[in-house]
Amino acid sequence: MSKSSIPTSTTGTPLVKRGLAEMMKGGVIMDVINVEQAKIAEDSGAVAVMALERVPADIRAQGGVSRMSDPDMIDSIINAVSIPVMAKARIGHFVEAQILESLGVDYIDESEVLSPADYVNHINKWNFKVPFVCGATNLGEALRRITEGAAMIRSKGEAGTGDVSEAMKHIRTISGQIRDLSSKTEDELFVAAKELQAPFELVREIAVSGKLPVTLFVAGGIATPADAALMMQLGADGVFVGSGIFKSGNPLERAKAIVKATTFYNDPSVLAEVSRGLGEAMVGINVSDLPAPHRLAERGW
Amino acid sequence: MTAPIGVLALQGDFREHRQTLAKIGVDSIEVRTLADLTASSGLIIPGGESTVMQKLALAYDLFQPIKDALKAGLPAFGTCAGLIMLADEILDGIAGQSGFGGLDVSVRRNAFGNQLDSFEVDLEFKGVVGSPVHAAFIRAPIVERVGPEVEVLSTLGDGRIVGVRQKNLMGISFHPEVTDETRIHELFVSMVGA
Repeated sequence: MSKSSIPTSTTGTPLVKRGLAEMMKGGVIMDVINVEQAKIAEDSGAVAVMALERVPADIRAQGGVSRMSDPDMIDSIINAVSIPVMAKARIGHFVEAQILESLGVDYIDESEVLSPADYVNHINKWNFKVPFVCGATNLGEALRRITEGAAMIRSKGEAGTGDVSEAMKHIRTISGQIRDLSSKTEDELFVAAKELQAPFELVREIAVSGKLPVTLFVAGGIATPADAALMMQLGADGVFVGSGIFKSGNPLERAKAIVKATTFYNDPSVLAEVSRGLGEAMVGINVSDLPAPHRLAERGW
Repeated sequence: MTAPIGVLALQGDFREHRQTLAKIGVDSIEVRTLADLTASSGLIIPGGESTVMQKLALAYDLFQPIKDALKAGLPAFGTCAGLIMLADEILDGIAGQSGFGGLDVSVRRNAFGNQLDSFEVDLEFKGVVGSPVHAAFIRAPIVERVGPEVEVLSTLGDGRIVGVRQKNLMGISFHPEVTDETRIHELFVSMVGA
């Protein structure tokens, strides 16, 4: 592979970082734990894969501290597929991020699904050439992550549950708060910035444009084609599916169906067709049955 | 009033292409079905994942109709993944990967490496006058071979080819739709109007 340096070009800019996420729009990013799953994901039409050792449903079931995956495992997936590969670092664990960058992953997810390493600070993502995606449950959180250098936002939902209600809550909250900003006068934006705990300039930019300056995907609880289409109709740019595919009865067919549903999200007849005969969906956990300390979405600040 | 330009909207940054066309006062529609394709005076194939576009085009019976329409002379413009979809030969593709074809070129996917090697650079582009084109290359492909009827429109400083045209088809490695660059879309609109 040719990698000769090109004069006067610059790498790692906000434009190319945010740009890669733009190219993933309308697509599905799938969690995979080995080469076989990565190939199934690529064959089914995933726009990227998230390489991790345990999907959220297993992290939930097994408990304990959850960390960055083994570099060997990440390398094997990078070598197995031609689509972009993402990997997760713990919140605030900038050394895990340095390691992932040196492995050549295409995106780092600073993720609440892993055990946080820092309960105060997130990673200073401007220090990296590799782009980051970060979770958010509301607009203020999204804007704080963008201020720290995130090039893509993923609403958190509640990972590993197969219950879409939290994903619904977070995408509705973020888009509702953006609409609220758009309706405010310039004078009111100072207080809005204070309440969102986000920089005024960024708040004003969003009030004018009516959208985030980066791509917004939805994650956490999406298990069916209808769930994916629901998120797209609510304004998501794309979806992450974690446990929902490889914890189901027929991963390949379910993965293909969710990919199609994400493109044809506005066409109920296509959605009906792809929803047929998919076999068993992942066994879900109702978020309301989860004791508060076990809710991953509350990690991150 | 001519027919709108269609933007293939299976996956990728089709919205940015439509916004770029809107900036130069050109109507566009999203193409997801055969009816959309038939209503289009030209077709833009956006950036995204070429493997995904191929699968979705096949699954929804758009693959052969697009191939036929390009062969019959429908003007088309592909950026990045769109260039791959227009190439007759794809290097480093996944098993079974093929595009609509029509451009007599060989295109290598992810030719620069992974995302860490994505970059921005200024380029000259044939037919674009004034300041250079500021180009974003994002996990971009490169044209490694061009057939005798292919016109090279743009190269990097080291000579590698990043923009080509052959009759009704134009393909480029980068993304003018994300850099407020409208002049290459204007070139395509003139191809559609011609």
